[in-house]
Amino acid sequence: MTIFIFKAVLIFIIFLISLGIAAYSTYAERKVAAFLQDRIGPDRAGPFGLLQPLADGVKMFLKEEIIPTVSDKWLFILGPCLFMVTALMTSAVIPWGMPLEIGGKIYKLQVADLNIGILYILGVVSLGVYGIMIGGWSSNNKFALLGAIRASSQMISYELAMGMSVIAIILISNGSLSLTAIVESQKGLNWNVFYQPVAFLIFIICAFAECNRTPFDLPESESELIGGYHTEYSSMKLGLYLFAEYINMFISSAVISCLFFGGYNFPGLDYLNTVLPVNLVSLISIGILFVKIFFFIFFFMWIRWTIPRFRYDQLMRLGWQILMPLSIINVLVTGAVLTFFNK
Amino acid sequence: MNSQIIFFILSSLSLVSALFVVFSKNPIYSVMWLIVCFISIFGHYLMLNAQFLAIIHLIVYAGAIMVLMLFTVMLLNLNKESEPHKSPLPKVAAIISGGLLLLVLLAAMHSGSLPGYISPDLTDTGYVQKVGIKIFTDFLLPFEMTSILFIAAMIGAVVLAKKEKH
Repeated sequence: MTIFIFKAVLIFIIFLISLGIAAYSTYAERKVAAFLQDRIGPDRAGPFGLLQPLADGVKMFLKEEIIPTVSDKWLFILGPCLFMVTALMTSAVIPWGMPLEIGGKIYKLQVADLNIGILYILGVVSLGVYGIMIGGWSSNNKFALLGAIRASSQMISYELAMGMSVIAIILISNGSLSLTAIVESQKGLNWNVFYQPVAFLIFIICAFAECNRTPFDLPESESELIGGYHTEYSSMKLGLYLFAEYINMFISSAVISCLFFGGYNFPGLDYLNTVLPVNLVSLISIGILFVKIFFFIFFFMWIRWTIPRFRYDQLMRLGWQILMPLSIINVLVTGAVLTFFNK
Repeated sequence: MNSQIIFFILSSLSLVSALFVVFSKNPIYSVMWLIVCFISIFGHYLMLNAQFLAIIHLIVYAGAIMVLMLFTVMLLNLNKESEPHKSPLPKVAAIISGGLLLLVLLAAMHSGSLPGYISPDLTDTGYVQKVGIKIFTDFLLPFEMTSILFIAAMIGAVVLAKKEKH
């Protein structure tokens, strides 16, 4: 029963952390944008504008709620809910740190250590399309429908290359699909990014496309589609869409850190394990993972203000004709090297 | 005991959602209920400890095929007015063939002997490693045949899509 309570508490904490990081990502996004464009950014609400996300949230909740009369009301409400649920579900298989020891018992800092961890993430990501499609279609607006179609075809296209690039990672981490095993195989500085730079490049490009971030933010390109699939949404429903996108960004940063940058591993972890108490080491490993995650969130924002948007045909060509063959070749080369040189 | 309760919840969910698929007037609702149905079947597979099959079911059916269905339904713009008048003949045929299938299934259940019950917690046949080894040793030929079939279908789709260019 204690394991049940522990898991419930863990789920609740991860939920709160996801929401908190998503909220502060909106603040960080504007601060990073301001920094890159030599401005100051939001600084009115609280010291350094730190209360800005709170003010935004209150504003979102208090805005008038408009549901288009010609749209399907239930599907219109279902859209953002689905998008939020799928965004939050992905965090279930991520190992957040070394196991904790409470009252002589060892607890893994992971909601579910599934044998199929990475496939679970790909599966839930593929469900994320529905929130956008349902929302865009039920708005009964041409721009929203165009945005939804763009978003879903883009996400479907890049899922393939993403899955292919993960195969190479599975090959070099003893053939396990469990995220814990993948992280465990990268002890010290033995990070996958040094063995699989091509897979990393493909994966991070696909992650950008899956999160609908610039340079792949065509589903909501303001200059062509007004706001894309959430054009008709107002109030907190719009807030949920925007919020879920930041949660997706947080989770994909976590997945990138786990797959390619050793997760909670860092050089000297084994040494610390012999000197310090277990729980302290566990907390340090959580901290290290979050440092990596924050770096990637920053990286997402950095790219946003550096690279302009792609054209739609360029996007499709990149996904199908460049990334897809490249990832297949990467799998072949990795397999050949493993077979003939036996790493 | 716990797994029995979960089984009943999942089963009723899959049955109710399957009924809604059939009885919804709006095709979009049908598609959404079918997704719910697939997700509940995903739960059933997990309960049987068939993790690989479960996740493949989720990715392929709920994630890919239903997206295609949703695309089709959304872009076809189905209105009540544009719906042509249908003859009742297909309905009768569907009832007869469905009834025959039910009969065959019942007969199979009746005459065939079920193997003894093995608790899903005790087997690991559904794990990725086991399924992979089985596919690449005992079932290599059917597996390769299927992949050839898939490649043929993919090439066919590309050829069909490119046809209108010239």
